[in-house]
Amino acid sequence: MKNINNNTLNITALNHWYGHGEMRRHVLQSISMEISPGEVVLLTGPSGCGKTTLLTLIGALRKVQDGDLKVFGKQLFGASRKTRQNLRKNIGMIFQGHNLLRCLTAEQNVQMGADLLNGFSYMSRRAQSREWLRAVGLEDHLSKLPHDLSGGQKQRVAIARALAARPKLLLADEPTSALDSSTGREIVDLLKKLALEQSCSVLMVTHDPRILDVADRLLRMEDGQILPSV
Amino acid sequence: MELNNFLKKRKIPLAWLLLTRQPLRILVAIAGIAFAGILMFMQLGFRDGLFDASVTVHKLFDADLVLISPRSKSSISMSGFPRRRLVQSMAHRDVVGTTAVNWNFLLWRNPENLSTRSILALGFEPSKPLLLDSDFEKKAKTLKNKGRVLFDDLSRDEFGPVSSWFKSGRLVETEVAGKRVRVSGIVSLGPSFGADGNLITSSETYLDLSPGNPKGSIEIGLVRLKKGSDVEKVVRSLNLSLPSDVKVMSLKSFIDFEKNYWKSSTSIGFIFTLGAAMGFIVGCVIVYQILYSDVSDHLPEYATLMAMGYNLRSLLGVVAREGFILSIMGYIPAYISGQALYALVRSSTKLPVEMSFSRASIIFCLILFMCMGSALAAMKKLADADPAEIF
Repeated sequence: MKNINNNTLNITALNHWYGHGEMRRHVLQSISMEISPGEVVLLTGPSGCGKTTLLTLIGALRKVQDGDLKVFGKQLFGASRKTRQNLRKNIGMIFQGHNLLRCLTAEQNVQMGADLLNGFSYMSRRAQSREWLRAVGLEDHLSKLPHDLSGGQKQRVAIARALAARPKLLLADEPTSALDSSTGREIVDLLKKLALEQSCSVLMVTHDPRILDVADRLLRMEDGQILPSV
Repeated sequence: MELNNFLKKRKIPLAWLLLTRQPLRILVAIAGIAFAGILMFMQLGFRDGLFDASVTVHKLFDADLVLISPRSKSSISMSGFPRRRLVQSMAHRDVVGTTAVNWNFLLWRNPENLSTRSILALGFEPSKPLLLDSDFEKKAKTLKNKGRVLFDDLSRDEFGPVSSWFKSGRLVETEVAGKRVRVSGIVSLGPSFGADGNLITSSETYLDLSPGNPKGSIEIGLVRLKKGSDVEKVVRSLNLSLPSDVKVMSLKSFIDFEKNYWKSSTSIGFIFTLGAAMGFIVGCVIVYQILYSDVSDHLPEYATLMAMGYNLRSLLGVVAREGFILSIMGYIPAYISGQALYALVRSSTKLPVEMSFSRASIIFCLILFMCMGSALAAMKKLADADPAEIF
């Protein structure tokens, strides 16, 4: 059967709480899931059900409080800050807001991602950045500042930036929420196509019913629990 | 190999781009730092200039040793001592020559508007050397006639347009201490903190102008030694052999003695150092404000970078580099304005305010310290960048 250690992500009995004492809230309740390489998984559910918390835990942005969380086979429960920091270099992230650096051009923003790679010269990292922007269809906007780009274009830059660091797992938090439906559709298709070319797994949190069909697998979350698939 | 390594390590110059893409903010920062720098250049420049100015005449004396009264505290309060002591010093075998100098303030009448002003008058025997200036001997000869004076053309303008009249060939006559004198030459000495102007005359004329001067009393004795004599040794042996109503010191100690008076017995040093410190503090506040608001404004972006895998240290490096860039960009206009203002001060006050290498580097270090310290303080704000909060 499947070799569990080859999975991009393995989660067993993951729990997470916010607050202390009386105010303590159990936001993630015994979550178990896995993602295999190259798989595109969509996570849906009402707001406040813990999707984003799960995403930040997988993205090694938060300390794991209880349970087993392995990314690329590395245990994150009890992992040091440094381990988490290094792990993040292999995880691409795309945010709800594009979160581009305002003072950098599209090309420079993408290169901030490429700069995380070791062993390439400046010029080759720059060439790679341009290549990524071409792949997302922005070859004519290399030296534009985020300010001068449309919402869809900014999200394309964000995708290029996330992929430029050659991640093996891409986490996307409602990447289409700020976009109109046809742009949202294009972005998601582009994301899936490019991720698959890199054999990069994707975990996408979304509310958007129009894009559910891109998923290999659909997970539903409610009240901190993953519902059994229907 | 080195270049190769550099190319591998080279990244987007984030600090530079952060600053330069916000032209207004960087302009304010540069203006603030430059202002602080100019303030420090001016205050420290004035301070050093005033100390240097207090010894403009001292430095010109043709002497190895100087005799003064132990009661003399500074050039503005010189006491007399018996001229005999200078003659006695001739007995030392290393002494080759001496010059007796009278030194006191007299009232000079401005020949143009007839107002009076206190001027430092030096009296000496014109046949003996006084100043190191090579032209001086010729000018000194004119003093052999009674009632002749040499006027310092670097004296402040309030003494009247003496040197320009003289140079245009006009006969310049005026009153000193109520007696008529004629200007027979021009010298260049420079005003000091205590004296706004200087004149040089013969001992004979000097005594005529200040009849209250006790007979045989002088304020300064210049002593010239044989070439290659041990100055400190001669100072010790003369101090031992001469009575205690006179003090012997090397010319250098005499200069330090005067400077030291202004440094320690007046508040000049304190006032100007305090002024420079104020500039430093103002600069710190400005740079801190700029860097702090810069970090706050970009906090989500810093958090994004952390989420991407950049570590805290590399982000701290960005803030530190911003501080460094600001220090360089602020120092350059401060230095240039400092030079210009020094020239302005020199022309309007005639104080010897120069850009010295040591002061230029001290102020650069202060500005660097100011910027890096502020950057360090602003870095604390970076701890608020929590990548988990940006989703």
